[in-house]
Amino acid sequence: MTAAVSASSRRPRKNVVLSIVAILLSVVVFLVPFAFILLTAVKSRQEASRLDFTWPTQFQFVQNFVDVVQARDYMLIIAFINSTILTVASVSIMVVLAAMVAFVLQRRRTRWTGFINFLVLSGLIIPPAVVPTIWVLQKLGLFRTMPGLILVEVAFGLSFCILLFRAFIATVPRELDEAAIIDGAGPLRLFFRVILPLLKSVIITCVVVQSVTVFNDFVNPLYFLPGDQNATVQLTLYNFSSSYSTQYNLLFMDILLITIPPLIMFLFFNKRIVAGMTAGAIKG
Amino acid sequence: MEARPRTSVAGPASKARKKSPYSSWFYLPAAIVYAVLFLVPTVTSFYFSLTRWSIFDSQFIGFDNYVTFFREPALVSGLWHTVVYAVITSGLKVVLGLGLAVLLTSQIIGRGYLRSVVFFPVLVSTIGVGLTFTILMDPEDGLINESLSLLGITGPGWLTDPSYALVSVALVDVWKGVGLATLIYIAGIVSIPQEYFEAARVDGATAWQNFRSIVLPLARPATFTVILLSLIGGLRSFDLIWAMTRGGPGFTSDVIASVIYKQYQAGFYGLSTAGNVVLFLLVTAIIFPLSRYLNSKEVDL
Repeated sequence: MTAAVSASSRRPRKNVVLSIVAILLSVVVFLVPFAFILLTAVKSRQEASRLDFTWPTQFQFVQNFVDVVQARDYMLIIAFINSTILTVASVSIMVVLAAMVAFVLQRRRTRWTGFINFLVLSGLIIPPAVVPTIWVLQKLGLFRTMPGLILVEVAFGLSFCILLFRAFIATVPRELDEAAIIDGAGPLRLFFRVILPLLKSVIITCVVVQSVTVFNDFVNPLYFLPGDQNATVQLTLYNFSSSYSTQYNLLFMDILLITIPPLIMFLFFNKRIVAGMTAGAIKG
Repeated sequence: MEARPRTSVAGPASKARKKSPYSSWFYLPAAIVYAVLFLVPTVTSFYFSLTRWSIFDSQFIGFDNYVTFFREPALVSGLWHTVVYAVITSGLKVVLGLGLAVLLTSQIIGRGYLRSVVFFPVLVSTIGVGLTFTILMDPEDGLINESLSLLGITGPGWLTDPSYALVSVALVDVWKGVGLATLIYIAGIVSIPQEYFEAARVDGATAWQNFRSIVLPLARPATFTVILLSLIGGLRSFDLIWAMTRGGPGFTSDVIASVIYKQYQAGFYGLSTAGNVVLFLLVTAIIFPLSRYLNSKEVDL
């Protein structure tokens, strides 16, 4: 935080000008689009269709909210339930499996270690092959099912979590393992009772980052869980833009509602998200 | 409870390490999911790309899908667009991310606010951002062109003009993703030891010299990370393009990922998978050599 302090603290006057310019620019570039979403979401249909950046003449927040929720047989409610199940299930499985891999991968070097590291990195880099994945899911009877999509999200998210956990486990002293083993702990007990509790902070980071990723995921539900009944929240947005192309107020209300969960994550876990994204990124 | 493994998995060559408390079966659950849903599809995609395929049965047709892919101008241009898109987004994220990071690590009013506001779009739904900017970029009624006309500038048809569409989507991608690049650069700049700046001050270095001779070389690992991450993301980008242009107008903003989806929707599974293999080859041909090259130029602080 203080890296450049000494360099610039000699010219405090210039910084005021710079600050004002930066803040004004940030308002124009970053806040105006969000304000536009907010304002359009509370406008009446006709007013919204003009696409102006103006103050609404009448506020229709409740009306639009109810309309969006009721649209297409309460599709949004179903979608929120689907997205919640998907996010909670896939992120919990992902975190436990990744922590187990990262633990053994960091602790024990064998001739396989290099190969496993290569596989982990490949998972980050290689774009998934779409139709063959559908083919595999079909063979397993998991295509168009929630468990299928959950497992797909797990498979695609593992690599990021493993890298994050491995870097953190490297800072946990081995003496702890040895003490637990001397006390007679087996591998399961050592991992779940001794190591896992120590990973709390990195687990929170991983959960938050991956939750936002899975919740915002559009591509995988589109391919692997098609159908209105199975829609996740991102797909309702997509449906809105096609079938309600003129009802901009509802579209933006939908965008607004869908942005709330990540916003909450951001408000509560800003520091953890930042830690996870930079640590994971730099190690990778 | 599992019994402790008695055999040494590490092999006879390794040192006196017998009963390892770090059992190999910890790999197993993750390995199964990863192998079945990631490795198997990746490997079989090479075979299926050589077939005419309807999920249920596949018929081997050699390289016909690739011939189709590279003969069809609309599909080949997708390959080119993918590279252009990845290079534009990656380049802009490096430049803007570094600039913002320098700004946001300096003494500036509202630093916390600025960091938050730059980073927040990273967490917002890509489709939501795409649809919002589609409307903001409307050639007639869009906020961007209306504002420009107040300044006396006639804005282009950002998404409707074939020569701008791809670049416009790339700019929105930068808007959404620059926060992550900035964050990585901030982490890189903060980790530069303070002594360098103190030594520079003793020597009476200007702010520009500080940047040129200290920040720029020592933030190089961050630069590599930003380049690699944004290239990986840019090459496989699909949702933003789909939300904004669906590859249009015409095929002028089609990338490989959107070609894959279109062919899949049309029922050409073999062709779609061939697109996937092309994307795989493109990504590995760019990322693996690049990461090796960048890693070899890593500097020590």
